[in-house]
Amino acid sequence: MRDVAIIGIGMTKFGELWEKSLRDIAVEAALKCMKDAGTKRIDSITIGCMSSGLFNGQEHLASMISDYLGNKHTPATRVESACASGGLAVRTAFMEVASGMSEYALAIGVEKMNDVSGDKATEALATAADGDYEAFHGINFPGLYALMAKAHMHKYGTTRDQLSQVAVKNHHNGSLNPHAQFPMEITKNTVTGSARVADPLYLFDCSPVTDGGAAVLLTTVEEARKLGKQPIVVISGIGVATDTIQLCQRKDILTLEAVKLAGERALKMAGKTIRDIDFAEVHDCFTIAEIMVMEALGIVEPGQGGPATESGLTALDGKFPINPSGGLKSKGHPVGATGVAQICEAVTQLRGEAGKRQINNAKTALTQNMGGSGGSCVIHILEVK
Amino acid sequence: MEVAKHWREAPERYRLEASKCNKCGKILFPSRLICPQCDCEEFTKINLSGKGTLVTYTIIRTAPPGFGDLAPYAVGIIELEEKIRILAQITDCNPDTLNIGDKVISKFRRMSEDGKTGMIYYSYKFVPDVGV
Repeated sequence: MRDVAIIGIGMTKFGELWEKSLRDIAVEAALKCMKDAGTKRIDSITIGCMSSGLFNGQEHLASMISDYLGNKHTPATRVESACASGGLAVRTAFMEVASGMSEYALAIGVEKMNDVSGDKATEALATAADGDYEAFHGINFPGLYALMAKAHMHKYGTTRDQLSQVAVKNHHNGSLNPHAQFPMEITKNTVTGSARVADPLYLFDCSPVTDGGAAVLLTTVEEARKLGKQPIVVISGIGVATDTIQLCQRKDILTLEAVKLAGERALKMAGKTIRDIDFAEVHDCFTIAEIMVMEALGIVEPGQGGPATESGLTALDGKFPINPSGGLKSKGHPVGATGVAQICEAVTQLRGEAGKRQINNAKTALTQNMGGSGGSCVIHILEVK
Repeated sequence: MEVAKHWREAPERYRLEASKCNKCGKILFPSRLICPQCDCEEFTKINLSGKGTLVTYTIIRTAPPGFGDLAPYAVGIIELEEKIRILAQITDCNPDTLNIGDKVISKFRRMSEDGKTGMIYYSYKFVPDVGV
């Protein structure tokens, strides 16, 4: 395999982008990415999108996005793994370059979720769960994560305050991110003063419905050097794993096994341990998810995610910052774009270009992108070479 | 939902029909074509007891489309006597009085319908098992 570098990143603003269509959002992110890279050469395009069919009544994005990106007849592929579609797109683009199939591979993540009503958006998202054995019984995603939160509190004594602290921290980080959908500071009272969604979760435990796109351009390290890129950010490890689609069929509903395995695989490929990582962007679709991901990745012991968050471990100035971008909670969660946007944030940090939310001396990053209630997970390790 | 789809799933929804692996004895609900424990592809159909214990639960307050009239309602994960887990609504009780570890038992209940003249869907729900 050839060594792969990320030479360009691009993102739209995340939010309710009423004036922009699905294709506008994907192409805007791609154009910003190519401008950042300083090249328009693209040998292949991979698009991560969860459900343009249900959100926009539009499939066949390989043709549409390639077409509106200049119609160069470029080979294009769409990949889908629910909310982990974006991470999977980056992995596919990585394989294009690593294998020698492409010299320059573009990965685009996109989701335009506000073209349908809230009910329709909820229905589209619910298709990431098991339709016949979960959604049929009247449970939605807040409900599935609430089942985990309730069991986590029961077994480990995780507190309502600790869940709220995840949201408070991520909104603080997001307030420093110009791309964020909800860039405002909140308090723990904001969380428990919001609508009750599924006990013990409130509205402010949940990531929002978002329109947005993100793109990254990959090439070989050799090509990156020729282009004079400095610093060169490489993808040194990737891990993917799956698990049962039904939450209740897991060996232990409090262990995100796909996250654990994907993390181990990515770290092994990079020749690192979790202690070598300076910061992480993780899939905080709900506050409890960030806590359980910390535990699955081995950042803390099982049951210690809540206390560690409360003690400031994961704050911007903590020993292991998590979600400097504001995470899905504050930055927003356009599902197919999220995995790519996590990589954009990691690159921004590793380049030292994150402004007020810059983590000091960040050299190694981990991004964790998850589908459904943990049925799939894609993890990337990024380093400055 | 299409009629054929609901008809296909009726044995599971109406009588908790599961499969028992002929080789390792693992019980699978819903049924599968290959055993995740031993890769065996031969099974015997069985009916589950419907008796179990609440492993975790939530009270849905902001309901998904089609369930709004029901809210607030409880959904839980139940560990059945056969040591397998199933997700279902917990009904016929004040959801605020539920606790992890409660004994529950399955009942045959109306789930939802396709409008006023469409199909009516039935399935299992669970209720507190008061031992009567």
